[in-house]
Amino acid sequence: MTGYLIALATCIAFVASLVLMLRNRRLKEKYAATWIILAVGICIVGALPVVVEWLADLVGVETPSNLLFAVALVVLLGVCIQLSTEVTALEEETRTLVEEVALLRHDVEQLATAAPRAPQGEAALTATEVAVAIATTAVAIAATEAAVAATDVN
Amino acid sequence: MTYLSGARVLVVVPAWNEEEALPAVLDELTIQLPWADVLVVNDGSTDRTVEVAHKGTAMVLDLPVNLGVGGAMRAGYKFARAKGYDVAIQLDADGQHDPSEVPKLLATMQEHDADVVIGARFAGAGSYEVRGPRRWAMTFLSWSLSKVTGTPLTDTTSGFKASNRRAIELFARDYPSEYLGDTIESLVVGSRTGLRIRQVGVAMRPRAGGTPSHNPVKAGLFLGRAVLALLIALSRPVAPQVEAR
Repeated sequence: MTGYLIALATCIAFVASLVLMLRNRRLKEKYAATWIILAVGICIVGALPVVVEWLADLVGVETPSNLLFAVALVVLLGVCIQLSTEVTALEEETRTLVEEVALLRHDVEQLATAAPRAPQGEAALTATEVAVAIATTAVAIAATEAAVAATDVN
Repeated sequence: MTYLSGARVLVVVPAWNEEEALPAVLDELTIQLPWADVLVVNDGSTDRTVEVAHKGTAMVLDLPVNLGVGGAMRAGYKFARAKGYDVAIQLDADGQHDPSEVPKLLATMQEHDADVVIGARFAGAGSYEVRGPRRWAMTFLSWSLSKVTGTPLTDTTSGFKASNRRAIELFARDYPSEYLGDTIESLVVGSRTGLRIRQVGVAMRPRAGGTPSHNPVKAGLFLGRAVLALLIALSRPVAPQVEAR
């Protein structure tokens, strides 16, 4: 009986860790779904071994544990295929991104060579304008002061 | 240049670790085809291919990751589509394809009103020799692809190709990157979406990488993968037709 208890505990720990990973966003729900269904199934089987016997009887498998092995193989195969399709999709996405990066880099380089010093030139122009504006203002202030002084004398 | 005077032609050169052969190819392109723009697609090279490519007047598309010939070419077709080129020509960076044969491809394209023109090794011109199982594999491929495309093809694995605007539009969307995808599968994809495919004989030079392998095991593997690629390409659902001519 302890064997069943250990198996049951393991399964519950498994489900708990999956839920934890989902909560931390380390696992996407579309991948976790298979595992959670599987883990819950194993929990049921672990708690009530008669279920396997009943199922084995139903599908005509003589040794109940063989049914478990067969089902486990099929599930693992399914998960492998799902992962392969996901990898394929990722590769295709990477490919599109790589192309896009290369096209953008080309355009950026072209723009950079077409107008290499424009920002600096603009800044220099602004500095000159500022200097002129300051000088003009200074002259105007001086003139005003002179005018005020003249008025005071009068 | 009599071909569609004013047509904008882009020569796409997919290059993966070709720092040694590339400069000569680019020089030759500048001399032979001064009216065409050249785009080098650096396919994630680990050597100085990018620097070499930047030296001349060619434009450079620098892929940060190696995608394979098919991947590099789709990037090239996307570039051609975005910049509005009329014809895109694939020319390998190893010096195997002779730039002076490009006008022949363009002339054939115009003459036969073709969408894709393949520069073929076994169509009379040049002296390219392959024997044994590899030869049988190529014969089988030629035979079956001729059936699929409805035109006699003798060199289906040739990477020397010219594509017009309709073909560019299709290949920019759908150009397989797997092994043999850029040759066999792209022909199947093209002809099944209604592109007109023709070939013209061209002379090819021995490539820098030596003579083609005559190892029967390798040849058998090549045939197996080719047949698989062909069958899968043929069993695929047909993509919507490119707009009518």
